[in-house]
Amino acid sequence: MFAAFMLDTWVAGLIVAITAGVVGWFVVLRGASFAAHALPLGTFPGAAAAVLLGIAPSAGVAGFGLAGVVAIWVLGRRGRPEVATALTLVMLLATGALLLSWTDRYAAQVYALLFGQVLGVSRASLGGMALAGAGAVALVLAGFRPLLLGAIAPDLAAARGARPAAWEFGFLAAIALAAAVAVPVVGALLTFALMVGPASCGRAVSARPELALAASVAIALALMAGSIALSYITSWPVGCFAGLGGAGCYALGRALL
Amino acid sequence: MSDAALALEGVAVGHAGRAVLAEVGFSLAPGSFAGLIGPNGSGKTTLLRSILGLVPLLAGRVAIGGRGQVGYVPQSIALDRFMPIRARDVIALGLDGHRLGIPLPSRRRRALVDEMIDAVGAAGFADRRVGDLSGGQQQRVMIAHALIRRPDVLLLDEPLASLDLRSTAEVVSLLAGLAREAKVAVLMSAHDMNPLLPAMDRIVYVAEGRAVAGTVAEVVRGAVLSALYGAHIDVLRVHGRVLVVAAGGAPHGHAHDHDEDAMHVVRIP
Repeated sequence: MFAAFMLDTWVAGLIVAITAGVVGWFVVLRGASFAAHALPLGTFPGAAAAVLLGIAPSAGVAGFGLAGVVAIWVLGRRGRPEVATALTLVMLLATGALLLSWTDRYAAQVYALLFGQVLGVSRASLGGMALAGAGAVALVLAGFRPLLLGAIAPDLAAARGARPAAWEFGFLAAIALAAAVAVPVVGALLTFALMVGPASCGRAVSARPELALAASVAIALALMAGSIALSYITSWPVGCFAGLGGAGCYALGRALL
Repeated sequence: MSDAALALEGVAVGHAGRAVLAEVGFSLAPGSFAGLIGPNGSGKTTLLRSILGLVPLLAGRVAIGGRGQVGYVPQSIALDRFMPIRARDVIALGLDGHRLGIPLPSRRRRALVDEMIDAVGAAGFADRRVGDLSGGQQQRVMIAHALIRRPDVLLLDEPLASLDLRSTAEVVSLLAGLAREAKVAVLMSAHDMNPLLPAMDRIVYVAEGRAVAGTVAEVVRGAVLSALYGAHIDVLRVHGRVLVVAAGGAPHGHAHDHDEDAMHVVRIP
């Protein structure tokens, strides 16, 4: 499993794990689990749109991700966030259903995008993944303190001039970027587990924010490496191990706290 | 008054252009401890949010003295007991929570946080998860968070709402002491004035869309409250507690919980 052709897979796994571990920590802290489920799932029809238009699938995923972020943010400002998120997810999936009905070239890729395909990551896509992952991590680490303050009480962040509405948008954008990184590898349906599982378990490791964040990344790395290894050995989909392992991490975290 | 820590003049506040409270005027000197008293729904929270600049004023002027810094303690915090944020992390966020990036450890930062932890008596639980603390302990943490930047004014939104009797008395005496020592003007909202009576030197009483302000002796009188409510009100003092009584109704004490409902029915039948 450490053969030369596997190198790209390990690098992709590394990028996905670090991005999901960092962004996921804020997802758990801010109770944004639903957005972390809806954005990866809602970006998946973007790949269908890209095939139809003859452009790169990652561009389609990014476009749908941005549309999802804007919709959740705008709708969420005047209503309940979970309603805004659900409506956005439905709008994106409905668009995807239409686009998928217009093409028959796409069917083979649907399964891979839903459940992930780490062993098929191409070297050409690694640069874009690294860039998107670095963007997501930089965004949430820059907003570390304003995002924490907003998680304690939104009014408090606003009174301190920490611009909670702007950071909410930045945070949603970070989730969308993380989704663009993770979806091709882990799958649209299973990315959620990788974002929420390690971060939930990391909470049990330390009561200090910085250490819990580091633990979340370490657990995500271990989970991703284990999933790739097991997938290589069994030739079962990597998303299967990442999904079940992520859920297991969550259960372990709750048992420890 | 140029030496006031907080001065309001002809202030009207509300939502979507509709005033909830109008013609509010009062000023607080540095070091004073004031209660913003009134029934639920009378506009106390909206007034506090307007002073903070979170809601635009519909009319009037708010002036903050000194360096123009306002500290704020919200009614509740949204962290559950699993969240990896210690009490001392929340207090440190009061210092630089609006800045970008992960805070670098520094001796100065730690010393300031330790000083605030001692000032509010939080040493015993400073390293515990803040979501795991009791309501009274969380209030101490949030007060330290608000005071660490040495504000000129400290606003608190119903800080006693979810506290038991003992924590209530402790938080009031802590705030009164901090107001005196740190020369900060404290304005806290409450629907019950009684826990504040031993400490409060000013009262802002809001009802029926208006406010009266002054000392407790000036404001909490039958004639003044009758004029505010537009109904006949008697003020009784029993065993050191104040009871506000509506004509024709049963006495409505401030002594027990849920008396905000009683305050609402202060009307002539």
